[in-house]
Amino acid sequence: MHELSLAQTLLETVEAEARRRPGAHVVTVGVRVGELSGVDPEALSFSFEALVADTALAPLALAIERCPRRHRCPRCDFSFAATDSDFACPRCGSTPTPCVGGDELELTFLEVEEP
Amino acid sequence: MTRIVVEQKVLKENDRLAAGLRARFRDAGVFCLNLISSPGAGKTTLLERTLEGFPAGERVAVLTGDIQTENDARRLACFGFPVRQITTGGTCHLEARMVERALADWRLEDLELLFIENVGNLVCPSSYDLGEALKVVLLSVPEGDDKPLKYPAIFHKAELLVLNKLDLLPYTPFDLERARAHARRIHPGMEILEVSCTTGAGLNTWRQWLKERREAARREAALTR
Repeated sequence: MHELSLAQTLLETVEAEARRRPGAHVVTVGVRVGELSGVDPEALSFSFEALVADTALAPLALAIERCPRRHRCPRCDFSFAATDSDFACPRCGSTPTPCVGGDELELTFLEVEEP
Repeated sequence: MTRIVVEQKVLKENDRLAAGLRARFRDAGVFCLNLISSPGAGKTTLLERTLEGFPAGERVAVLTGDIQTENDARRLACFGFPVRQITTGGTCHLEARMVERALADWRLEDLELLFIENVGNLVCPSSYDLGEALKVVLLSVPEGDDKPLKYPAIFHKAELLVLNKLDLLPYTPFDLERARAHARRIHPGMEILEVSCTTGAGLNTWRQWLKERREAARREAALTR
């Protein structure tokens, strides 16, 4: 359970960003969480909500974009989202296919209301 | 309403510190491994077996992470190599700043090999880069052969899987072939070593692997210098 410390880091970044825009009110924080990031989106949401409640930023919504594990076929170069049970290329059936994405943990955007 | 595009890693600060550590390890010629597993899989025991096989004067050191107690550092210190405990006081993983702090008064130039034993946890340590050359994940037989599917992140990120406690195979339904297949489904081509720290089976292969990877890292460092 490291989502609380991640939420804290996230909140500090948002606070720094908010200080750079006096008068602006941050409404939504967008994050991208990959399936392989080791982060549970629900625990992150819960932690973020709990931390925000004690700050001047409240209420502040967290919009989480979940990213699946992505594989790329070495034979036909097709890129696809892999499911739990199947990492074979859906186009040519090739296996194994190397994983090329899905470990994202990124702050993507802030939605602000400016005066 | 205005949307400001930020696009930055949440762990940007940790990644920055880890990159600094990686550069220091490279410049000093230190090969650093980050050992990750659930609690009780045998990280400390593997390190005991590893350290006892080294000749006196081997340029090796260990940082060992735990939430509480100095027990692991005490176990490892008796081999005569530098060992330092990092107690996180509740944090379930090591972070780059903790490693940086723990190394502050060590001369990296005196080392060639550094083991970082992470806090026992298959989830959280996978998110934090510590500047290591590579991650090693341990999985022990009593844990079950489906762990790679349940905890894909760490099996994806680790370069080597060490299957430990092979001596317990006769007493559990653990299927070695299935464990290998599960790991390679998450991480095609993953290197896998099978050992028992109790009987010593497979430990020579582990030592050989370490030796080869150290030499490869040394060659690579010489090329970039």
